[in-house]
Amino acid sequence: MGLLDKQFNNSNVIITSLDNLLNWARLSSMWGMQFGLACCAIEMMATGASHYDLDRFGIFFRATPRQSDVMIVAGTVTLKMASRIKRLYDQMSEPRYVISMGSCSNCGGPYWEHGYHVLKGVDRVIPVDVYVPGCPPRPEALMEGLMKLQGKIRSHSSVKQSA
Amino acid sequence: MTPQEIADKLKAGFSEAILEVKIEGAIDPYVKIAASKLADLALFLRDDPETQFDFLMCLSGMDNGKGLLGGVYNLYSITKRHKITLKVEVPADKAEIPSVSSLWPTANWHEREAYDLFGIRFTGHPDLRRILLPEDYPGHPLRKDFKVPEFYQGMKVPY
Repeated sequence: MGLLDKQFNNSNVIITSLDNLLNWARLSSMWGMQFGLACCAIEMMATGASHYDLDRFGIFFRATPRQSDVMIVAGTVTLKMASRIKRLYDQMSEPRYVISMGSCSNCGGPYWEHGYHVLKGVDRVIPVDVYVPGCPPRPEALMEGLMKLQGKIRSHSSVKQSA
Repeated sequence: MTPQEIADKLKAGFSEAILEVKIEGAIDPYVKIAASKLADLALFLRDDPETQFDFLMCLSGMDNGKGLLGGVYNLYSITKRHKITLKVEVPADKAEIPSVSSLWPTANWHEREAYDLFGIRFTGHPDLRRILLPEDYPGHPLRKDFKVPEFYQGMKVPY
């Protein structure tokens, strides 16, 4: 869609498609579900803090699933937590997106074989849009994942059924 | 007091309860005692003016793989600055150890953890529930004969 602000120079009228407008609004204000499960949460907090500054992308962490668009599953998903994650995901309003951050929530990570209490991948309970590898991923990696999700939202169409 | 002196003192008072003493070559010198006498012996060690074990550093569960479960009690005296380790062993099919949570409140959660992961029942514990795993988790995972369940609440567990 390009730079919207330049089109405001001489008039108050812009013309665009509804899809572009909705997608632009959604990808510019991806509010995150604020919860961390393990050490990945530390990197997530670092990404949100002043040095990496997620606010510049319009990403704010919200303390309730009702106000969230993106759930960043940051850390080890235990069997005990899995049902809670499922419930929080169900409480988020659509459109909703999930980023799986780190090896644990991607596939079980170091607990893949002997983790009797660990869910081997959060995608066993909720659908995942973007997987961010790493143990834990650096803030740059998480931001790359968020950019990927923005790209996914940008190509979304409200009319066309997505594949 | 040295570990040897503590062990001798225990032998004098509770000769029939002492099963084994290992001082030389042990990183933590220990006294293995009969599980049924644990509560009396622990109370003695805590309240005797010479020993004064006022601090339970750690309480661990144990499975030796030969049908025996056990508990390991690392005691320390802050006032006397000496320490000793107590060990008890019980058969896995009747794993009952007297609780020491009334003597050292720190044992409360430690015993719940040992119950959670090893299935050792601490008799006299005020609130013996699982502390880490979910209430409906099948089995006690740190036992040697534990098998990871195929499914938990409809979620596949193995990789």
